[in-house]
Amino acid sequence: MPLRTPLHSFHTARQAKMVDFAGWEMPMFYGTGEGTGVIAEHTQVRTSGGLFDVSHMGRVRISGRHARRLLERVCSRRISDMATGQCRYSLACNERGGVHDDVIVYRMDDAEFLVVVNASNREKMLRHFEAVRTAGDLTAKIDDETAKTAMVAIQGPKVMDLVGKFSREIPALKRYRFAVKNLLIVKLVVSRTGYTGEDGVEVILPAAMVDMAMKLLLKDAGMDGENALIRPAGLACRDTLRIEAGMPLYGHELGEEINALSCGVDFAIALDKDQDERGEPYVGMEALKKVRDEGGPKRRLAGLMLEGKRAARQGMKVYIDGKEAGEISSGCLSPTLGYPIAMAFVDRDLAVDGTAVEVDTGRGDRLAGKVRKMPFYSPTKGV
Amino acid sequence: MIPHRFHEVLGKRSGQPETPNRLPDARLTAGIPRMSTPTLPNDRVYSTSHEWHKVEGDTLTLGLTRFAVDQLTDVTFVQMKSPGHKFSAGDSIGEVESVKTTSDIYCACPGEVVAVNSAVVEDPSLVNSDPYGAGWLVKIRPSDTSGLSSLMDAQTYGKQYS
Repeated sequence: MPLRTPLHSFHTARQAKMVDFAGWEMPMFYGTGEGTGVIAEHTQVRTSGGLFDVSHMGRVRISGRHARRLLERVCSRRISDMATGQCRYSLACNERGGVHDDVIVYRMDDAEFLVVVNASNREKMLRHFEAVRTAGDLTAKIDDETAKTAMVAIQGPKVMDLVGKFSREIPALKRYRFAVKNLLIVKLVVSRTGYTGEDGVEVILPAAMVDMAMKLLLKDAGMDGENALIRPAGLACRDTLRIEAGMPLYGHELGEEINALSCGVDFAIALDKDQDERGEPYVGMEALKKVRDEGGPKRRLAGLMLEGKRAARQGMKVYIDGKEAGEISSGCLSPTLGYPIAMAFVDRDLAVDGTAVEVDTGRGDRLAGKVRKMPFYSPTKGV
Repeated sequence: MIPHRFHEVLGKRSGQPETPNRLPDARLTAGIPRMSTPTLPNDRVYSTSHEWHKVEGDTLTLGLTRFAVDQLTDVTFVQMKSPGHKFSAGDSIGEVESVKTTSDIYCACPGEVVAVNSAVVEDPSLVNSDPYGAGWLVKIRPSDTSGLSSLMDAQTYGKQYS
């Protein structure tokens, strides 16, 4: 039996098409008939606002004397310089420089952190935290809070205005900052983060409070109304949104066998973390330094834009000048742009803006296109 | 089971002499109201790969079921084999892409493509909005319709996939 999130009845009441995703029963999209579907939800998020249940993602609290050092040894980015109230995107690598997971670390306090991990990697990451703790003889508590909390992402250009009706503090947050709000007797963690390329917030709240919070949203944000600013949005459009935003997904752009330096997230990889006064080497850093010293990974992630209306799919081969030079990791017909976009691991010297490519569909035809800088779409830059 | 009645119906409708083909049990239900999902038409048969097959005279029209369309989510691209293309039963005769995935389309009979629905090629969302009507995919001239006998009627399909 797949697990259910605290928003399960919220989904079924809105005719969500539920699917099994990483062991969780999750909404793919909502409703039937005119005006519903993946593209409608995608557009809703790009033009106004969407609410995603992301409770399936793992929430792990790490606290205690060596909480920071434990995270320092797991994360590819520095933790020591994070301020309380700050979130940071990071990778967690394996010894070979491949990727266990990508995570968001919230610094709650000097010695208390919340780590949001991918649903499919939650158990693996819990074991990894424990292994690193044991290996380093560190004193830290590792609490899986996934089941007792819920998490929703509210994303879109009109979201922050709406949030401003409830709070003055939250719209003033910078990107990747969070606030802990006390609402009655419960604590909400509200961060200005997301996975769609849009502005917005992600909210972690106690599972028992979900019904009340949803009622509040429904009433004050008119989520079920005719001209609702915010509508429920499912996992399917979350994928097309993140592809447009050029954001990697575990199992596609990130994986145990994919070198972290090839994933297009170099900003999240510090190779000198052990040089700091309070620095610590992390699992995988030595392997990554070696790869860097040898000139870097042979292939790196590149964005592709294609002609026509056909989507490139994971596993399709990329050809440049008639020679196999890469492989698609994700792709879709971009609902916002109207043409197919894709991410691919491409021979590093050829992964340059403008390089002409062909994608072999494996069905007897090839899609023409070119390498393009990501993100494909950014709300500030527009199309 | 009253297969002869079905032969009569088909013969009348098509204006063609009865064909010697063995006719599918499922087709017995044609035109007979039954308890099933209201959106599942009774005038056609359904495959486990979720194509509906509707015979009118010597033409077979083929499309995707609502169930399939719901699984696929928004259809974004349709490409069927061109008129004149001959195929065997079980060959892919085209593909439908959605936001999520690419699916091959199969026909339960061998035959030849006689027409492709250009409206769905232009506007693939028709497959989502009207899968049993304007969202049809392809018309075929089957060379042997015996493959239809193993397909499901609306009630059986509706029970299995809903």
